[in-house]
Amino acid sequence: MMVLILLVGIFQSWNIALSIFNLCLISAVMTMGANIQWGYAGLINFGIMGYTALGGLAAVLISVDPVQEAWRAGGFDILMSLWLIVVMVLVIRFILKRFEKSKIRTYSIATIIISGILLIRFSAEPGIEAIEAVDPAKTGFLGGFGLPIVFSWIVGALFAGGLAFIVGKVALGLRADYLAIATLLISEIVIAIIKHEDWLTRGVKNVIGLKRPAPYEVDLQTTDWFIKLVEKFNSGKLSVIENLADRQAALNQLVIEGSSVFVKLCYSGLFLVVVIILLILTQKALYSPWGRMMRAIRDNEEAANAMGKNVVKQHLLIFILGSAIVGIAGAMLVTQDGLFTPGSYRPMRYTFLIWVMVIVGGSGNNFGAILGGFVVWFLWIEAAPISLFLINFFTAGIPETNALKAHLIESVPYFRFLLMGLGLLFIMRYRPKGILPEKIEIK
Amino acid sequence: MDFVNAIILLLNYIFIPALTYGSQLALGAIFVTLIYGILRFANFATGDMMSFGTMATILFTWYFQSLGVSLGVLPTALLAIPFGIIFMILYMLLIDKFVFKYYRHQKSPPVQFAMVSIGVMFVTQAVVRIIIGPADRRFFDGEKFIIKAREFKEMTGLNEGLALKSTQVITIFVTIVLVSLLFWFLNRTKTGKSMKAYSDNEDLALLSGIDPKKIVLVTWVIAGILATIGGALYGLDKSFKPFTYFNNMLPIFAAAIVGGIGNPFGAFLGGYVIAFSEILLTYAYKKFFMYVLPASMEPEGLVQLLSTDYKFAVSFSILVIVLLYRPSGIFKGKVL
Repeated sequence: MMVLILLVGIFQSWNIALSIFNLCLISAVMTMGANIQWGYAGLINFGIMGYTALGGLAAVLISVDPVQEAWRAGGFDILMSLWLIVVMVLVIRFILKRFEKSKIRTYSIATIIISGILLIRFSAEPGIEAIEAVDPAKTGFLGGFGLPIVFSWIVGALFAGGLAFIVGKVALGLRADYLAIATLLISEIVIAIIKHEDWLTRGVKNVIGLKRPAPYEVDLQTTDWFIKLVEKFNSGKLSVIENLADRQAALNQLVIEGSSVFVKLCYSGLFLVVVIILLILTQKALYSPWGRMMRAIRDNEEAANAMGKNVVKQHLLIFILGSAIVGIAGAMLVTQDGLFTPGSYRPMRYTFLIWVMVIVGGSGNNFGAILGGFVVWFLWIEAAPISLFLINFFTAGIPETNALKAHLIESVPYFRFLLMGLGLLFIMRYRPKGILPEKIEIK
Repeated sequence: MDFVNAIILLLNYIFIPALTYGSQLALGAIFVTLIYGILRFANFATGDMMSFGTMATILFTWYFQSLGVSLGVLPTALLAIPFGIIFMILYMLLIDKFVFKYYRHQKSPPVQFAMVSIGVMFVTQAVVRIIIGPADRRFFDGEKFIIKAREFKEMTGLNEGLALKSTQVITIFVTIVLVSLLFWFLNRTKTGKSMKAYSDNEDLALLSGIDPKKIVLVTWVIAGILATIGGALYGLDKSFKPFTYFNNMLPIFAAAIVGGIGNPFGAFLGGYVIAFSEILLTYAYKKFFMYVLPASMEPEGLVQLLSTDYKFAVSFSILVIVLLYRPSGIFKGKVL
């Protein structure tokens, strides 16, 4: 796999190779999250997109500087509404605890929820409008806390875990395929909220220019030690050029290229640390008594239940853990891109593709999950060039003007779907346990 | 007079659009529910299969248009739909033979089927996009309106116009005919009854001599008819874009589950439940209240319960609530 990425580096460019590598790492983290749920516990979660987006939201809320004006304009109303929500939840909890299950209880809870929502809507409305009116071209939202963005990786995990707690409480009792549909739809609701609550997320106006944990290219290009480093690396190439002016121009070009490679390398380092930490933790968990219990629950729920294991609680726990890992990946993704675009969260890319990675890599095996993330993401990116090459190869005898050939070349980007689908179908059929199947060693 | 105006307003902006959208959802939902009830899996390729059928219809429509064949005031697509259906059924049978059959013989758990259907979804999406491209296409021709809003105003002298698009009438009419035919088939013919028996208890049905191959074949044929007609009607009414069809899968699922999955009649009504609640909850009632209430009580805001951005979220929330409180759906389907 690394060889393939190196090949891309040599034949296309190091920049592309590194960006593929970084996204492979992020995909690997997402896949590990999904793999914990599916491979360890047999829970099917089609809501990965929602948790990814929440992780991204965390990155925005942590790193953006607070917009003072917006806070003054509508902060009070928003805090009021938050307070109302807390009160509502407490009241409902109180009712649930104090009264026996009955029709009246159900109806009164429903009334509280509906009237609460209406109340919050009316009380928050002026605040939201005021916030969104504050310089809408640049801000128009509350902003965040202005902390370093790396913190958001933890906060993203907390956000996603929190959502998973609610979803898990609600939906985990459902049968497998209903759980899949329910989580898919809940993730769509999450995206709808993120897209349209402009006061919190700027919605489809996107948040750009997030702070970076890595240096900026522009700064690097004027830093002395970096220029010297690039010079040293390319001394062989540069010394061939005789003319001093030419050499300076070539060096400048190299520095510009090198700076973006350097920044990507910084990200790679950070992401690698995360992947390795997660890998160690998940590996430890897999072979711990807890991991054994999870497998027992997965393989025979009733038997595990009869042995005194609390299936419901463990399912909820693993649902939260897996989702939290996906949340980390979501925050990492936004950190790398430096922008948050709620419109770009689509189930195809963020849910189904991740599932292809899990199935192809091998469910229940952490190395399989990482491998799946790498292989599938690599193919997803390189499918277009590969299929272009294949089309040209097979239609070499046909003139360029042939309508069919032109049409095929035009639709090259869509061959990646074909490749993914066929890959998934073949793996499911002939290697249902994935490339690296689950290996359980009893020590 | 104001009261009549208010009624017309609701008819024009809520009732007719919801009825049309509901019919389109209902056809898709019956498709989902049939596959679920008889082949026993949640088909994630639903939306893309519908887009495949629509694509075939569009290609035939273009072909007929290039031949100069047309139906006059009616859209040419109606002529193309039967050919589209044939292609759709062939495609589905092909997929069944190469993909689903193996897992059926293995008696795989439903989750595995669902995963496989995701593979089919990817492939179908690719096929549709490679053949026709991802662009937004309109393939409607013929007379666009049956009643235009302006004509209606002149005719009745009311303030509010009532526009009736021909696609809306066609959609509702075709849906009624198709669904009644389907229920007649399921409840009155021998094959239909054996399908029901197979869905209720597979082993018992096999024991009593029902041929499973025939059941599967008939199911795919009906599914192909429903998918193509549902997709083509949606495309005629709005427009054809592969991505929207993929997204439509979600409200269709919601409709099928709300109605009680495995129950075709429930799915039919579920489509309307979803469509009406989406439109009722996101419509701005300001104008309606202006007609109904006296001038002094006129509302200031838009009187909109939820902004239209939350259209999809509404139907999903309904689904989540139904799953929580009545997992078998409003009209008893299979118990989960």
